[in-house]
Amino acid sequence: MIPKRTFDAVIIGGGGAGLRAALQLAEANLKVALISKVFPTRSHTVSAQGGITAALANVSDDNWHWHMYDTVKGSDYLGDQDAIEFMCRNAASAVYELEHMGLPFSRLDNGKIYQRPFGGQSQNYGGEQAIRTCAAADRTGHALLHTLYQRNIAARTQFFDEFFALDLMRDEEGVITGVTALEIETGQPWLFEARATLLATGGACRIFRHSTNAHINTGDGLGMVLRAGLPLEDMEFWQFHPTGIPEVGSLISEGVRGEGGFLVNKEGEKFMSRYAPNAKDLASRDVVARSIAQEIRAGRGCGPHGDYVHLKIEHLGAEMIKARLPGIRELSMQFAGADPITDPIPVTPTAHYMMGGIPSNMHGQVVAPVRTGPEEATPGLYAVGECACVSVHGANRLGGNSLLDLVVFGRAAGMHMIEYLRENPIPRPMPQEQVDKSLARLARWDKKAGSETVAGLRAAMQKIMQDHCGVYRTEALLKEGLELLDQVEARLPDAALSDHSRMFNTARLEALELENLMPIARATLVSALARSESRGAHTREDHPKRDDDHWLRHTLYFRAGDQLDYKPVRLKPLTVETFQPKERTY
Amino acid sequence: MTPGRLRWLCRRGMLELDAWLSGYLDTRYPAASPRLQADFAALLAQDDMSLYDWLTGEGVPPESFRAVVAAIRTYRIPS
Repeated sequence: MIPKRTFDAVIIGGGGAGLRAALQLAEANLKVALISKVFPTRSHTVSAQGGITAALANVSDDNWHWHMYDTVKGSDYLGDQDAIEFMCRNAASAVYELEHMGLPFSRLDNGKIYQRPFGGQSQNYGGEQAIRTCAAADRTGHALLHTLYQRNIAARTQFFDEFFALDLMRDEEGVITGVTALEIETGQPWLFEARATLLATGGACRIFRHSTNAHINTGDGLGMVLRAGLPLEDMEFWQFHPTGIPEVGSLISEGVRGEGGFLVNKEGEKFMSRYAPNAKDLASRDVVARSIAQEIRAGRGCGPHGDYVHLKIEHLGAEMIKARLPGIRELSMQFAGADPITDPIPVTPTAHYMMGGIPSNMHGQVVAPVRTGPEEATPGLYAVGECACVSVHGANRLGGNSLLDLVVFGRAAGMHMIEYLRENPIPRPMPQEQVDKSLARLARWDKKAGSETVAGLRAAMQKIMQDHCGVYRTEALLKEGLELLDQVEARLPDAALSDHSRMFNTARLEALELENLMPIARATLVSALARSESRGAHTREDHPKRDDDHWLRHTLYFRAGDQLDYKPVRLKPLTVETFQPKERTY
Repeated sequence: MTPGRLRWLCRRGMLELDAWLSGYLDTRYPAASPRLQADFAALLAQDDMSLYDWLTGEGVPPESFRAVVAAIRTYRIPS
């Protein structure tokens, strides 16, 4: 007999978005379960160290309209302007709410919340640098997670730590009635029945070989949505950081180049002066990432596989490196085996953030085309955070907006779920055939014999995505990538595990994660191949210009037959005038 | 603590911690002393920012974790 628990709402994911939504529900005295595959305070939100953006005007003159303009422009006009207005207007109250919850923000001398400048922030619609990002030292994400977790404990959210969500249960009328999940400690499958389910499972950058993301970022919610027959939105848009350490992915910040570091190819050439004669190594992230990718493509990469370039800082001298860049030196020695006092640091473009995801509206409702409506709510299903595509980040996310996204839309989704639960008081039965199907998917990994390994197939997929769908994209390259991915996917049924134990079987978890990653990789390739323009983080060498006439629209990818559909960008904000698309220059 | 549980506890919110902790578990942990193995298990119960600070040398761990933190820090990921 499979254990079944019934709740008003079930939240999948214990990062900032899931915790914020759960808190809203628990404080309304609803019965809330939060399922997390790792202990919630070890979610990837902890890596968002920089801060949370809100136009508090504590340091520079500021208001939310300017923040909204920057976000729309940063998105390369693909962001939905109603959702962006909603986020920017609610930013200040979201930050003050966190302050009142006890989040220990750093302080200015006058006692107000400390704010720091981030790229892409301006005053007066593209003027002087704005100072807008609120920070708790360099650990804002950590402070946010711990604050929200403690509040959830007080509000009696029920935590199911180390439970891995498997599948959404969707009945014949399309209503989501809960999820199946695996208790990691025992290997026991469970049923979580709920009238409302919220996905807050984070990003999926682990589809790429080089990623700055923690290993938990395997897009589990996206896999669940695709298996339930729902689409994913704008999956061609992934932000790449130009300088990550190859293989490990550890991020080497722009600060190193700011201090005088420069990039060279295998011939020792300072190649950035060819791509950006003025800014050189201090050009914007996307320009530097594309330049490195071009060098690698041209065979001028370093190392045995020619798949990275060198970042040199020896000329700064040992004293300066020790004084100004001690953390970077440690990371380089640890993860690249190179002491930058004497050796260059190997770096390569590294996947950092997923702008696309589960299509949702500003109430967190998961939306999909139904008959003539392009954005009809899926009853009982919500998505928030990096896994969702609201879309506030459009084709490119600005630093400091991701934590804001979590708390603003986590709260909004929680509020909408309270209303939805009030209007839908009767639980609906879980469709048994879907339960059986989910359990069969799990049992498939009990198979003993197989010629393929999960690790081998994952590595093959990650290499294809890095080589064919990274920073440098052309039609030919993407097509070839899709053919190669077909071959790897065809090998998946032949994969088997060597360990079939029940308790803490991490091999089985990695297999289930691969089943989520593989269709996300596919969605990315198919969406990127179709979009014959360059916009934000999606750069097509064969279509270098943005094409608003044809492509000012969102991509929707459906797993069945790799079908694509499109829906218009919501250009009309809630109360202000539309920011009309124009060329994005900084 | 079972090997599977230890391995899952090495899944963290920060990539660097994933690499450091699982790297140590795979290479040095099996041959480490029982004392160091116990310390490693206890270390995994600490929060991510503390681990990051201790492993990057930006913070000093409490006495009880100094030996295991030093052991992890001497491990270098092969390049």
